[in-house]
Amino acid sequence: MKALSIKNLTKTYANGNQALKGINIDVEPGDFCALLGPNGAGKTTAIGIISSLVNKTSGSVEIFGHSIDTELEAAKTHLGLVPQEINLNLWEGVANIVRTQAGYYGLPRKLADERTEKYLRELRLWDRRNDAARSLSGGMKRRLMIARALVHEPRLLILDEPTAGVDIEIRRSMWDYLQRINAEGTTIILTTHYLEEAESLCRHVAIIDGGEIIEDAPMSSVLRQLQREVFVLNIDGELREAPTLSGFETSLRDDGDLEVVTSKDRRLNDLFAELDRNDIRVVSLRNKANRLEELFMGLVENKPGPAE
Amino acid sequence: MNLSLNLVAIKTLIHKEVSRVFRIWVQTIVPPAITMTLYFIIFGNLIGRRIGTMDGFDYMQYIAPGLIMMSVITNSYGNVVSSFFGAKFGRHIEEMLVSPMSNAAIIIGHVAGGVIRGLGVGLLVTVIALFFTRLDVAHPLIMLSMVVLSSTVFALAGFINALFAKKFDDISIVPTFVLTPLTYLGGVFYSISLLPEFWQGVSKANPILYMVNAFRYGVLGTSDINIVHAYAIVLLFVAILFTACLMLLNRGVGIRE
Repeated sequence: MKALSIKNLTKTYANGNQALKGINIDVEPGDFCALLGPNGAGKTTAIGIISSLVNKTSGSVEIFGHSIDTELEAAKTHLGLVPQEINLNLWEGVANIVRTQAGYYGLPRKLADERTEKYLRELRLWDRRNDAARSLSGGMKRRLMIARALVHEPRLLILDEPTAGVDIEIRRSMWDYLQRINAEGTTIILTTHYLEEAESLCRHVAIIDGGEIIEDAPMSSVLRQLQREVFVLNIDGELREAPTLSGFETSLRDDGDLEVVTSKDRRLNDLFAELDRNDIRVVSLRNKANRLEELFMGLVENKPGPAE
Repeated sequence: MNLSLNLVAIKTLIHKEVSRVFRIWVQTIVPPAITMTLYFIIFGNLIGRRIGTMDGFDYMQYIAPGLIMMSVITNSYGNVVSSFFGAKFGRHIEEMLVSPMSNAAIIIGHVAGGVIRGLGVGLLVTVIALFFTRLDVAHPLIMLSMVVLSSTVFALAGFINALFAKKFDDISIVPTFVLTPLTYLGGVFYSISLLPEFWQGVSKANPILYMVNAFRYGVLGTSDINIVHAYAIVLLFVAILFTACLMLLNRGVGIRE
């Protein structure tokens, strides 16, 4: 049984926009899956259909074996959603928001109170439990939406850009938290524009563009498709022009660092041997861009380079 | 449908709706109290003294049940339309839509919230009325059942308005251009026996006339219309409007693309 099974899902809006053109996605229980795509690719529409906020045109969706067509109540019981837009009742108190959501899932008051305290503490909002949601910072509102989505302890959690506009410290703490609940058994589907976030967290990636799935595979195998990688070398001393290194593309950056493009079949040892031969000493080395970003750009722009 | 889940969800929704009424009591409770006090002072006390009696009652006594019913109707309607549309506008309606609570539970919870506010305001207006006149309840069961049913009808109507509303203007159009005229022409301030026969017939097409008169019958024991007809019409409206709400919600009208 899949945590999520989507078959031939299509959505055409009333204005004729075909947002989804028959997508198929399977997510295994316990997986941490990234759903990536440029703006307008169809990610939020797909999530809207899964969470029954958007009516589908055709196709099927099953959540832990429960069809949203025939067993919607059971399907919803297993699902938690953190939407892209802040959709809190900003005039309501923090604890009330979480407790009310628990009630909508049928949790008795005592259990709802216990879970509310548990998740507000875990997401470091317990001290603000009596404050109105409007008084929270952007990052706190995002964490409150996560607490609200978790209060009924769903088996599948969908997060639509949960770290958008959140500072790096809070983003990192959210990553830690999501990794922890995933390790405890919650299946997670994440959409994000921060591709390093997807690369760090997710074991599976599906890329959607123009309403179609253009990649759906384990993260490791997707990253193996990369044919090249770009390194930035901080050089001891100053170079007047980019050196010619046999088998590598080089260019000199404005800051004086050396940029080197390596192909998949070359080893870093070869690069350092070439650098030695040219009497170039390296102080430090880093990746120019994250690898997933490069792959993503290649796929959505249909570039011949990165993908096989 | 999981009954226990939905009962908890309905209870939660009612609690949330009632909390909202008390949280914004300056908007929900004070205005009808002030408005109805003015009605009693101006129409009942100042003008009413010159009118004398109607159907054998002081004018103040005669209009009191109608004014109570008017406040119940407008507050039941207003509560549901503003709460549900507010949730749509702020998108926190999604909290309910993603949850497993049934569409019927969503309707029942909101309507119950509207009825509770309507009855609460009605009780407050009744207390205010007692400062101006004496009200001996002739038929308590008829009075209570009719006020609850009428409140339910308008709470359901408010729900439909909220489903179709796309902007805040849309939630004030129906109360201003439909509800208020129908209420004023629904026998709150006069007996339709005063009207020419043609206009009596026209008045009988107004459902509020039946609610006001049945309620007045419950309080004073006098009515322009047949009480059985009033119950039949009000129950029919409850059934039709609830079915319409359910169908619209099932189709996702106004809430799902």
